[in-house]
Amino acid sequence: MRYWTTRRRDVLTGYLFIAPQFLGVVLFVLIPVGLAIWYSLNKWNVFTGKQVFVGADHYAALASDPQLPSVLLATVVFSGGVVILNITLGLLIAVLLNRQFRGATFFRTLFFSPVVVSVVAWTLVWGFLLQDNGGINGLLHAIGVDGPNWLQHGDTAMLSVIVSQVVRSVGVNMVLFLAALQGVPSELYEAARIDGARSRSIFARITLPLISPTVLLTAIITVVGALQSFAQIAVLTGGGPELSTTVLVYYVFQQAFEFNDIGYGSTLALMLLSFVMVLTLLQWQLRRKWVFHEQ
Amino acid sequence: MPRRVLLVAALAVLAIPFAVPTIWMVAASIKPLPEIFKAPPSLWTEHPTLAAYGEAFTFQPFARQYLNSVYIAVLVTLITLLVSSMAGYAFARIRFPGANALFLVVLTGLLVPSEVTIVPLFQVFKRAGLINTHWPLILVTAFGAPCVLASFIMRQFFIALPAELEEAGRLDGLGRPGIWWRICLPLARPALSAVAILTFLASWNLYLEPTVYLTSPELFTLPQALTRFTDAYGADMWNTQLAAATMTVLPVLIVFVIAQRQFVEGLAHSGLK
Repeated sequence: MRYWTTRRRDVLTGYLFIAPQFLGVVLFVLIPVGLAIWYSLNKWNVFTGKQVFVGADHYAALASDPQLPSVLLATVVFSGGVVILNITLGLLIAVLLNRQFRGATFFRTLFFSPVVVSVVAWTLVWGFLLQDNGGINGLLHAIGVDGPNWLQHGDTAMLSVIVSQVVRSVGVNMVLFLAALQGVPSELYEAARIDGARSRSIFARITLPLISPTVLLTAIITVVGALQSFAQIAVLTGGGPELSTTVLVYYVFQQAFEFNDIGYGSTLALMLLSFVMVLTLLQWQLRRKWVFHEQ
Repeated sequence: MPRRVLLVAALAVLAIPFAVPTIWMVAASIKPLPEIFKAPPSLWTEHPTLAAYGEAFTFQPFARQYLNSVYIAVLVTLITLLVSSMAGYAFARIRFPGANALFLVVLTGLLVPSEVTIVPLFQVFKRAGLINTHWPLILVTAFGAPCVLASFIMRQFFIALPAELEEAGRLDGLGRPGIWWRICLPLARPALSAVAILTFLASWNLYLEPTVYLTSPELFTLPQALTRFTDAYGADMWNTQLAAATMTVLPVLIVFVIAQRQFVEGLAHSGLK
């Protein structure tokens, strides 16, 4: 009997083939998470490089951080605003494009195009257009409206980051919704039409219920994406004015890299991780339940 | 047909915020500086100039920064294609003890945002003396979380492949690596191109990582360089910035318009996870 049977060779090949990816995950995902937990339990002195074990001190500091409530509120407003606008706009565009007409491909390409534009370049241009004397206010002035100094007021700055983020990324959801719309069996539409249903009630009674799993799953992923939007905030508002657009991911960056507070920065990073993990696991669970068809 | 006209009109209005920023960016980049904030705003200029394009290259080592972004994105894409197609193939087609458990471990890569791991990773790379080098940008992107999404896509693809194809290869005397390389990879071109597009853009657009790891302008990548076109008083040099942004965006947009089907299919994966 040979030792290297086909089966044994197969098993060895299997391990070798997954090794680079597996080691990558261990080195760049699992160990960092473990380190973040360890760092969150220690206080670092930036100047001496010494670290002292402080236990749950940083977790207690979360409760007494005077800025954190405002940061969490901004996070909820930003993520909520992004997901509502993104899903509404994505559905609207998908429904409009889901019919045969000349130019459908052109519009699909156009609505998708910001997705391939670098986030920083896209956001810089929006920042340019949102200046007090910039293009948007120029256009508003031309129709007799006096536009605000968008990036200098809390509410309008938040609106600006939400809208620029949604316009850049809604193309992905549009494509997913289009695929879902095309998956609705045409016999259902024909049957409804024979029964004399009007197009609005067809949409509400047939289309929407059938694509609602996709909509919900997409909504969760959109929130997860919004929680990770760093570049948009950093380039457009730098978290300001004051704390109005300082969302959690930006606050993590400030604490860890601007104020060099590794311990507290790690604690906040773990908080962000817990939000993302809960939402992603929920999404996976729902997807399995609905036997979501991928491709 | 009035309904059709109404539909196109509605789409055209919706399209304004999608198209205008890019068009405005290009238009403003060839205007002389005093015209940029002229009221009323106009896309037209009587005196088009490429001065801002020249200035982008003299104010910063922009050619070098461009090259950095290109070589990092290409390298990361090639490594990811190799790593993810191997892992995806093994998880889909080879039976080995512990495969399911190992796959679950790999999937945790999709749960953990890079914005979280960068805090500890910065300390690790600092100890390793790799701050202000391109290594963190290459290694973490090519083997870490972004690669896991790629492995997942490849696995989904290979699972659907008919087993007869592999049997035929086996009868021809091919071993596992031969079957993977000679039979399965050539068939996997749609999935590979999706992964390539997804990975290239992920690397090309990285912003937090270079901001954290890199301090020397000649090592910067494009997104980071774009934010540094400010004068001695910290004011934005708008026309230079927009010229540099145009040079960053246009090549990708042109490739997108040519190969838009592949782009849309590839990037739709990022919305699925």
